[in-house]
Amino acid sequence: MQFSIYIIAECNMKLMTRDDKSLLYNVGGKEGVLDEEVLLLTQQLLSSNPDFATLWNYRREILLHLETVRSEDEIQRLYEEELSFLEACLKVNPKSYGSWHHRGWVSTRLPRPDWARELSLCERCLSLDDRNFHCWDYRRMVVRVSGVPVDQELQFTDRLIGSNFSNYSSWHYRSTLLPLLHPGSPEAASPQREPPTSSLLKEYELVQNAFFTDPNDQSAWFYYRWLLGRGVCVCVCVCVCVWGFSTNSEVILRCGYRNALYYKSLTHLHKICDLPPGTISDTSNEHNLTVHWTERHTHRDCALYTGRSESWCRDSATDLELFRSELSVEKSSVLQSELQSCTQLLELEPQNKWCLLTIILLMRALDPLGYEKETLAYFQTLKEVDSMRTSYYSDLCSKFMIENTILKMEYAEVRVFSLCEKNLSTLCHLDQLLLVTHINLSSNQLLGLPPQFAMLQCLEVLQADDNAIENLEGVYHLSKLEEVSLRNNNITQLSDLKILTTCPRLARLDLRGNPITQIANIQSQLAELLPSITELLL
Amino acid sequence: THRCGELLQKADPCFFQFPLCPVYSQQDQEECAPLAEDQQILSSDGEPQGEEQLSGSAPTQAKKKKISYTKIVKEGRRFNIDLVSKLMYSRGLLVDLLIKSNVSRYAEFKNVSRILTYRQGKVEQVPCSRADVFGSKELTVVEKRMLMKFLTFCLDYEQHPEEYQDFTERSFWEFLQNNMLTENLQHFVLHSIAMVPRETHTEEGLRSTQHFLRSLGRYGNTPFLFPIYGLGEIPQCFCRMCAVFGGIYCLRHSVQCLVLDKESGRCKAVIDTCGQRISCSHFVVEDGYIREEQRKGVEHKHISRAVLITDGLLLQSESEQQISLVTVPPLEPGAPAVRLVELCSSTMTCMPGTYLVHLTCPSSGSAREDLQPVVSRLFTKPASAGEEGTLLPAVLWAVYFNMRDSTAADRSGYDLPGNVHVCSGPDAALGSDHSIRLAQEVFRQLAPHEEFCPPAPNPEDIVYDGDGGQGEGAGFSEAAQAEEGAAEEAEESKEKEASQESSPVEVGEMPDPPPAPLAEE
Repeated sequence: MQFSIYIIAECNMKLMTRDDKSLLYNVGGKEGVLDEEVLLLTQQLLSSNPDFATLWNYRREILLHLETVRSEDEIQRLYEEELSFLEACLKVNPKSYGSWHHRGWVSTRLPRPDWARELSLCERCLSLDDRNFHCWDYRRMVVRVSGVPVDQELQFTDRLIGSNFSNYSSWHYRSTLLPLLHPGSPEAASPQREPPTSSLLKEYELVQNAFFTDPNDQSAWFYYRWLLGRGVCVCVCVCVCVWGFSTNSEVILRCGYRNALYYKSLTHLHKICDLPPGTISDTSNEHNLTVHWTERHTHRDCALYTGRSESWCRDSATDLELFRSELSVEKSSVLQSELQSCTQLLELEPQNKWCLLTIILLMRALDPLGYEKETLAYFQTLKEVDSMRTSYYSDLCSKFMIENTILKMEYAEVRVFSLCEKNLSTLCHLDQLLLVTHINLSSNQLLGLPPQFAMLQCLEVLQADDNAIENLEGVYHLSKLEEVSLRNNNITQLSDLKILTTCPRLARLDLRGNPITQIANIQSQLAELLPSITELLL
Repeated sequence: THRCGELLQKADPCFFQFPLCPVYSQQDQEECAPLAEDQQILSSDGEPQGEEQLSGSAPTQAKKKKISYTKIVKEGRRFNIDLVSKLMYSRGLLVDLLIKSNVSRYAEFKNVSRILTYRQGKVEQVPCSRADVFGSKELTVVEKRMLMKFLTFCLDYEQHPEEYQDFTERSFWEFLQNNMLTENLQHFVLHSIAMVPRETHTEEGLRSTQHFLRSLGRYGNTPFLFPIYGLGEIPQCFCRMCAVFGGIYCLRHSVQCLVLDKESGRCKAVIDTCGQRISCSHFVVEDGYIREEQRKGVEHKHISRAVLITDGLLLQSESEQQISLVTVPPLEPGAPAVRLVELCSSTMTCMPGTYLVHLTCPSSGSAREDLQPVVSRLFTKPASAGEEGTLLPAVLWAVYFNMRDSTAADRSGYDLPGNVHVCSGPDAALGSDHSIRLAQEVFRQLAPHEEFCPPAPNPEDIVYDGDGGQGEGAGFSEAAQAEEGAAEEAEESKEKEASQESSPVEVGEMPDPPPAPLAEE
């Protein structure tokens, strides 16, 4: 800011030395003089500091004004001069926002633009600094406006990657070009409709060359992961569950995104609605319920059969291949061969974290249960070689462990979820556990039960002994919950347990080994707080 | 660092203000004269002497309109043939010195664009930089990893002595084999990157590899630079800098004899071929000018050299303008490895459409014996009319000669006055480190308290004392004791190749001398 003020002062001085005080620069520009002399003055200033946005704006006003009074040839000449001036500015600061923006503006105003020249300018700038994002932006603009063929741009990235493959800008540009060259791929619902196999294999080869040459370079690994697939979000109604008690009935509707993106947290719609009393009054008849999701134009049927008090209808997690979505290439032969090359690389570079992580992801995509043991071992190595990200790997590992348990549960068609002594640090995919009645999370490293835990609407028994649980946020409105065991956790205050009052059927609570048991009169206070409890262990 | 870079970007062939001439070559011809047994030289009118006219005068009427022998004779002045073949390591002593002394402002350089090697009967590219390894089609991905891993280790091998300590007494070759490098990679590393024979000790091999790798990426994708118009430019540039600061050169003068002081036994003057006496306090001379009776039984090694003019690249590529270093490993056990430098016309050493090829190896026999087998494998004779040409480039002209490698001799090897300093001729190595060290050493003896090649100011910034002092006398040092009129003294101290040395040995007819390269002002 100080610099700008100085510049203005200098500007004034220059103007005054020209004995023309009427030209005194008006920063607002409204009453400013719009002629070539001011153009010249701003040019002098900008050539020493091209990052002065106000001056660029002023220049644009002058140029727009001159456009109205000059012939086309003169305008062409004027703008061409402007372009060569801008080139000089870019030499002063190749990353000047102002200069690049102005150049973009001038290029579009130019009566007879010379796009080839602009492209070669970009090429020159990128050869000096291949990560200059201003230049990349400008190049994309030029390419778009002048209609450069996509394959030509792809060759351009070939060249840049060839000269320096540690340049994520080029790889990224490539990832935006490939779908254009082979339309109907990533945006379409099925990710397997990728570029034709031959060109896809060529991409694999290219990127493999990069990460074998330098496995510590993350650009290639990121591109590789992009290449292996991107999950696409599809909103579907996954599960409808109906149950009735003597007096009223409830419907639980869970809608999920089928292929959730790996890096985005899952958002799930989760609705519980009470059916109007008397809807299912007569359990001797069969009831057919249909849930309409108007927003998505989908619907889902669910039948409550005769004599049953509960019923559900849902997609099976095994059918969905829900958890494999991160790597969406359907051809497992491709994944298999990629796994082979990565394993090969790992033999040479047993300490490489990118390689380890990619192997884990590939294994998960191929056969999550079959590779469970290897995956766990790789996670262990990862935590050792990349100790800065131990927690990240723990969470990721927890996620995979939960996924595997869910898959096993699906295959066995049971409603009991048990995951003990697995070093779980976080809970996820709780949406998949909607129908679970018994959950056992003992002997893990959980710090709490997150809000999403409230999705376990059918839960009757919760066992989470030997963790480090401090808060019970998620034990909220679990209407069927009867028994909670939280031995040897970290519950310290009575207020932490307040949330249990929302669970009307809670009858048995085990709090042995928690700090809270040290509080005087705790028993009576608890009895007061949770009158429904019949069996309290302290 | 920027100096050289800037110069590299400038591609203005008019940068030189004086006509081009192979100064260095002429000097070397003299050097080689006593060994002329197997030597062919281009005489001043460009006619080759001797039997090496492979194509004779039969012009080739190939479909692609190849350059013929007659054509190159006619265009003789477009060739600048160095008798010594070297390249400049981007982080070698020579480049450092050129930058430090600002002498680089007088020259322009090109990157050597490819490192090639001869393997299994064909010429292929050696992946040496990161980008090369990434782009190589010959290597498998696993090989790429192993090569990168090995090269990364070599870059700072001193930090990991545990990796090679078991091999200090064994050869680099064994070390490579032990490092699980595939045969491909062993070849590349040994012959093309370290460029050492198989029996070299591990540490020396590692050092050479490191030297190569450190020079990579400074100016381009290979570790080497080549001066435009040839290596002869380099001494000329030093001369030019010297002349700006008052160095004086006597052209077309040879030294007839030295004048010794009876008491001290030191050389106090020289008498040139015109009978002119020039006083001196030091006399620097190249080994080749020393008479046999003044040597004390020094056994010299020899270098085998060949220079070819060919009509095509050894390995085709998109661009015709390629400067390649080709390493040819010993064709049979016991034979020397041959180093080949292929220069294209953009180096301004040969006419467009031709390539100048230098072959070098330490002599084990005559140059022809040593190098002919390589030439016959890599090149062919020009196809006569109607005959289908092969894929190999054709040799339009060739010369074979041996050079004395006098680098092994030191001061004690000569029976000469104390203030006569002998410089060895060039060595067989690819870089110029030996010459730079030698120049530094001689300079230290001449001027113990002066900095060697200090950064020179811009010529425009220099203010001369007095008026009209820019002629011959400008900056004339007081050391030069003028005996008669404008006595001139060769200021050899700056750079030994730089001086137009005169020789006590009669060398017969001198070729045309170059025009004075001194017209600075």
